[in-house]
Amino acid sequence: MSNHKELMLGNKAVARGLYEAGVCFISSYPGTPSTEITEEAVKYDEIYCEWAPNEKVAMESAFGACLAGRRSFCAQKHVGLNVAADPLYTMSYTGVNAGLVIAVADDAGMHSSQNEQDSRHHAIAAKVPMLEPSDSAEALAFTKEAFEISEKFDTPVLIKMCTRVSHSQSVVETGERNVPLKTYEKNIAKYVMMPGNAKKRHPIVEARTKALTEFAETTDLNRVEMGGTALGIITSSTSYQYVKEVFGDDASILKLGLVNPLPEKLIRDFAARVERLVVVEELDPVIENHVRALGLEVSGKDLLPMVDEFSQNLIAETLGQPVPDFRTLDEAIPPRPPVMCAGCPHRGLFYTLKRNNCTVLGDIGCYTLGAVQPLGAIEMTLCMGASIGALHGFNKMLGKESEGKTVAVIGDSTFMHSGMTGLANVAYNQSNSTIIIVDNSITGMTGHQQNPTTGYNIKGDPAGKIDLEALCRAMGFERVRVVDPYNLEQCDKVLKEELAAEAPSVIISRRPCALLKYVKHQPPLTVDTEKCIGCKSCMRVGCPAISMKNGKAAIDNTLCVGCEVCSQLCRKDALVSHRKEA
Amino acid sequence: METKNIMIVGVGGQGSLLASKLLGHLLLSRGYDVKVSEVHGMSQRGGSVVTYVRYGDRVCSPVIDRGQADFIVSFELLEAARWLPYLKKDGVIVTNTQQIDPMPVITGAAQYPEQLVEKLNATGARVDAFDCLKLAEEAGSSKAVNIVLLGRLSHYFDLPEDAWMASLEANVPAKFLEMNKKAFQLGKNS
Repeated sequence: MSNHKELMLGNKAVARGLYEAGVCFISSYPGTPSTEITEEAVKYDEIYCEWAPNEKVAMESAFGACLAGRRSFCAQKHVGLNVAADPLYTMSYTGVNAGLVIAVADDAGMHSSQNEQDSRHHAIAAKVPMLEPSDSAEALAFTKEAFEISEKFDTPVLIKMCTRVSHSQSVVETGERNVPLKTYEKNIAKYVMMPGNAKKRHPIVEARTKALTEFAETTDLNRVEMGGTALGIITSSTSYQYVKEVFGDDASILKLGLVNPLPEKLIRDFAARVERLVVVEELDPVIENHVRALGLEVSGKDLLPMVDEFSQNLIAETLGQPVPDFRTLDEAIPPRPPVMCAGCPHRGLFYTLKRNNCTVLGDIGCYTLGAVQPLGAIEMTLCMGASIGALHGFNKMLGKESEGKTVAVIGDSTFMHSGMTGLANVAYNQSNSTIIIVDNSITGMTGHQQNPTTGYNIKGDPAGKIDLEALCRAMGFERVRVVDPYNLEQCDKVLKEELAAEAPSVIISRRPCALLKYVKHQPPLTVDTEKCIGCKSCMRVGCPAISMKNGKAAIDNTLCVGCEVCSQLCRKDALVSHRKEA
Repeated sequence: METKNIMIVGVGGQGSLLASKLLGHLLLSRGYDVKVSEVHGMSQRGGSVVTYVRYGDRVCSPVIDRGQADFIVSFELLEAARWLPYLKKDGVIVTNTQQIDPMPVITGAAQYPEQLVEKLNATGARVDAFDCLKLAEEAGSSKAVNIVLLGRLSHYFDLPEDAWMASLEANVPAKFLEMNKKAFQLGKNS
């Protein structure tokens, strides 16, 4: 596969870079848009890969592997780096043995995220170098270069991806794998970060940043593309591509591949060669503030938005270039928001919660869609695991007023990620809380990754399996119930009982994701139009397979998987099952 | 040559990723620089999805902006209408006439617009609308809508059929190849 040209997803190009850089260990937690890096890397038998329960564990595992002398890596989405910030900030002090590289994928535009934070702040705060590729070829090359920097400067290195680089395919040229190994040597002063040692390490970190700033002046990661000198643009990542698209060679560009630390002389020299200086960067004015601090006159966020992702037309309009005309339709186009799939096991549970007028504190996963109409059942979603912590605080303050009707809803993978500690708090500080674990036996939203409750590892081979019921009991929960969310009557009965109970409880709503390959679907339901009175009871579950046609319910037989949640709501038996008994 | 732009739009789960993969493979094999931009994650769950395919001598931006698409290939009629502003003045919409109600229509909060093909035509846009689902089912699977659409799109390209077939062979599992080849021909000859 050497020197072979192909079209490659940005995330896959990172994985290829990891392979070529001789990486031996990868531990990650899935998160859009970072997930495919690890999913592609696992296809190389030479690399040990795993899904960790969360990003912090993944990063610590990667650190241990680098300490052992093997090049190591972990990947996460932007908010995942918050979870892993604790080890990162101190790994900056310890430095590495073999190279350690961490990919973080931002999501400007929030295609699949709860916030739009800019990860460059983590690089600055942790004082670690950050590389930012602008396409797949750079994703591959920068990943390899990151390991060289990591070992040369004795530091973990961040690679910042974004949705448009992670999820765009462009042409790459691949190379050979080369595996440099190191040996582990005991070094308490370097690797035991207690105050006496850390105090001696901090000046080393500051000196390293100085050395990296020198490096930033001359590295090929940063480059000047001189063109017209009326306008000079400093940019990076996918913004570079938009700028290049609009201006070609009509403007001069300083393209930064190393976005922390930033160079000084390189920027001053570039500024001196152009008449007007503009920084084009998505989200926060990180480069711009640096340029201003150098005392240079510059435009940036005075022209360009702090929110959402950019595009070529946005850059063109902002910087006075023409944009193409376009047609519009004088017609209201209804939005098409994402919905729970037909047959989604979460649907029956959320219907039950809504019927019981529950206040639902939600969490991160497909089931966050329980907030969408017509279910509209979730009232809070914050971050991974927050449902349980928030429920505890809510119930502590409102007591009887909320205990009998308020629940936390959290998925199996999210529970493993950071729900367990919240549950420990409920057990320890004793709030009368009811926690519902929606166990669909997979990490759903990110595209079906295994987790510690599924019994399989990243390769699909048998692995350790955590027993959720036993875990909850071991924490001190005496009331642990399991329900089938396709059975509305059972869900309703158990929910009422657990909300009424004078003790904390866990309900596990268990049924595998309907999209899993091993899940057998039943034949689609049909509508008996003689019996259907058009009452729309079945529509209350918000299933995309059900609609009203000519005043009667209609079922889309390409979508319906025969779950029969809707037919349990029909008082006229108009929704006909064609169930095949196993 | 100037960069050419193809947008593939539809409803999450309809198979637009395979269509873009095939196009990317095809165009790269013809010696073009190519970029393909996809959507993953939350928006895939039955939501409106869009994939961008761009090719030329040197492609910079991975996305297509308003007024730039030479082709909008749409799996669903409402989605063709939604993305109309992205069509270039002389661009072509190649669309399935299948209608899939979005949740606001299902719940009665909004109406599915009527006579969309006529309304799209009335804007002066070139619209090539046909029933892909019927042809896909004729080929053997409702899931082959994507290949039926590509067959139709091939009308507008000056590329040998061998190249399209080679791309199909490289990207479709062997057991579905014949069915997909049939779907391509049905789309092409429709």
